[in-house]
Formats: sequence, C-alpha cells, structure tokens
Amino acid sequence: MIKKNLGPASQLDAEAILKDARRELALPSRRLFAKRALTLGGLSLLTGCNITDEASVNRMLERISRMNDGVQGWLFDPKRLAPTYTQAEMTRPFPFNAFYGIEDVPDIDGSDYQLEILGLVANKRPWTLEQLHKMPQNEQITRHICVEGWSAIGRWGGIPFSYFLKMIGADMSAKYIDFQCGDDYHTSIDMATALHPQTQLTLTYDGEILPAKYGFPMKLRMPTKLGYKNPKHIVSMEVTNKYPGGYWEDQGYNWFGGS
Amino acid sequence: MASPALNTLKKPVVHPIWLRITHWLNALAVIIMILSGWRIYNASPIFPFRIPSEWTLGGWLGGALQWHFAAMWLLAFNGLVYLLMNTGSGRLWKKFLPLRPREVIQDMLKALRGKLQHDSLDHYNAVQKLAYVSVILDLILLVVSGLAIWKSVQFPVLRDLMGGFDNARIVHFFAMAFLVVFIVVHVIMVALVPRTLLAMLRGR
Repeated sequence: MIKKNLGPASQLDAEAILKDARRELALPSRRLFAKRALTLGGLSLLTGCNITDEASVNRMLERISRMNDGVQGWLFDPKRLAPTYTQAEMTRPFPFNAFYGIEDVPDIDGSDYQLEILGLVANKRPWTLEQLHKMPQNEQITRHICVEGWSAIGRWGGIPFSYFLKMIGADMSAKYIDFQCGDDYHTSIDMATALHPQTQLTLTYDGEILPAKYGFPMKLRMPTKLGYKNPKHIVSMEVTNKYPGGYWEDQGYNWFGGS
Repeated sequence: MASPALNTLKKPVVHPIWLRITHWLNALAVIIMILSGWRIYNASPIFPFRIPSEWTLGGWLGGALQWHFAAMWLLAFNGLVYLLMNTGSGRLWKKFLPLRPREVIQDMLKALRGKLQHDSLDHYNAVQKLAYVSVILDLILLVVSGLAIWKSVQFPVLRDLMGGFDNARIVHFFAMAFLVVFIVVHVIMVALVPRTLLAMLRGR
C-alpha cells in the first residue's frame, strides 16, 4: 500500500526539485551564491580577514578569559578531591615538559638552597631544603593534565601546602600566591586552590628525591590545576593581593587554569 | 490585525524569528569552536594525524583556547535558549516526532534514488528529522564531554560518564567529527535547495 503511494509522490518531488534547480540556474547571482554557500564559514573565517591579529578582538578574548577565571573560581569546590590512582596505574616514564628542552633543565645545588618567603606572611624566615624535608609529609598518586590535552599519572610526596602556609603565618585572606622559579618560570595561584587538601609542596617523585627534570629541589603539585600552573624549581613565593600573572598566563593561557 | 484574505496571500512563517537567530548564532559558535578545537587537537593529537594549521583558528594553542573558551558561552547559552523555546513552544515534538525507524529507512532509500521529498519547507521528512535530532543530541554530547575535559575534577559524574579524562577527549573528538559530517551534508543540501536558505534568513 505504501509502495503504491510512492510512485506519483516521488515523481512530483523530482519535478519540484528540478523546477527549483532550473530557476536557481537561471539567476547568475544566486548560482554564485549557492556556489559560495558550499564553502561558507570556513572561507569567511580563513581568508576574509585575519581576525586573530585584531587588537580589539584580542582585548575581547582577554576579557572573556578573565571572566572565565571568575566562573572557575566560583565552580571550584575546596573539598572536592581529584581522583587518586594505584602505583600500577602510574605513567612510566612520567613525561618531561617545560618551555625549554630537557638539556636546559637548571642544575640547582640543594646544599645552599633557600626558599625565600615574601609578602603578607608573619614569618619571612627562608627555609633550607633540610628543614623542609623534616616537616610532615604525605603522598599522592594523581593525574597531571597538560593544557595540550595529554595526561600522565605520577606519585608525588611532600608537605601539604595549607600546613606550610599556616606554619609561616600567611594571610589566608590574601588573593594570590606568586611563585618565582630557578628556570626563570613564574606563575601564580588563587588562595582557595593553595588551601586545597591535595595541593602539595612536592619534594619527592615515586619515593625518591625529586629529580631535576621534575623540578628539584621543590615543585608545587596541584591535581586540581593544569600542568603549567604547577611550578618547578621554586626559589621564592609571595603572598599578595596584587594580580601577579605568570609566564604562560601573560601570553594568553587562562590564569585560573583549573581542571 | 491582518484579515484572513491577507493571510492567504502571505506565505506562512516556516521558521519563527527566535529559531532563525539561534540557528545563525549556533552556526557562528560551532564554526569558531571547530576551527579552534582543531588547533587545540594539534597540540597533542589523539590519532596519528594533525589538522592542517591553515584550517585552524587562534594562531597558537593559547589563542585557540581563548577562542574555544569564549565561543563556548555563546554555544551553551544560545543552545539553552533554543532548547527552552523549542520545548516550551512544543515545536520540538511537532517538528521532529514521531520519528519512526521504518520511515527513516524508506526515506533514506528514496533519497539514495534521488527521489526524496523536499517541496514543503514546513514539514521534515524522516531523514531530516533523524539528522536534526541527531545533531541536537550530538551538540549536547559535545558540551557534556567538553565539560568533562575542561573541569574533570569539578564534574566527577561527567568524567565517569565519559569513561575518564582521556576517554572524554576521544568522545569529544568523535562528536566533533559527526558535527562536521552533518555540516557538510547540511550545506550541500542547502546549496541544492536554496529556498531553504531563504526560509532560514527571512522566515518563509
């Protein structure tokens, strides 16, 4: 029964489409438009103009990125933990990643190392590596997520950062903590993330003293943030209310960089 | 008030104004997200190929991320307005339901023989219904898998639903690929039947 109805109906459709097509072909401007419609979108964005270089467009993108910082700060739950993994799930070898090649990893002497403390802190006394190793430590096997999209699971040991901040009498109501690094890297984080239970002043990797390629003598490990927010080779930290930016952040990476 | 006589002279509105606005804003958001997404993909490809950088938006990874994270607001809010208006007005069910597999197969066969009906703009055939419903669901999947990648710690349910962080990237990729295939077919169909483009621009 359905098949019987198909015949005349489909004939009508074919005629309608042909009629349509004939009319369109009779109009050169429409024909051209139809032709262009096939590549609409791709072409207009790619060849129309170089919107990526427009200063006003960049300002708008920068403003939206600041707004996204705010949204992420609002979304951030200080009690929610990143998933943890077993030793068998660790990524081996854990990838090296920096803004330079592995041959340029800084060679820092641990014996005369001192962590400098600046800003809104009661006790600004610097810390030697020996003193840091004597503080209470814990361990985590967590996923490091890179802004590029890859991820790797590593085992990190060190001082819970919130404990350290309490120890030095940091102003917990301050907005930012800025980190300067021995490889000329620098980044900064929000106080809420600094106080997160999984945020750690990391001194060991997989039970061993932190190797140079992973940030000797000390890195900040945050499974709630993307890789570029986790500074390595930290030499000084400052508690501040002035927005400190960062190496990649100043070039356009999102500042909050949370995951 | 228009008299009945006037109404019969004027062609009926196929696409209400809110639908046309959300459609074109969605087109803009989706194109920005796809082109910037390709650049982000290139930073760490999941599969053994890269997208030619001339086809991407953003200039570098940081720029592409800025575009991606800006357009996501347009995509999400515009999509929300579309879904609310479409379900609230009952248009969604009227246009896309019933969607019967048997009719899809019949219309698909007709389409393959070049005999598919496309003369009435305010009525979708079964293949169109399936295509549009699929792309709506695909966009929802893109948003959900994107959220799982963007905030994998903050949205543990979404992350687990996607099968973990790494898997969410694969889901996001294939949902993108489906959207690209849809857009290509969609644009070819519009080029074949340009009346549909006019209807999406002026409503009738």
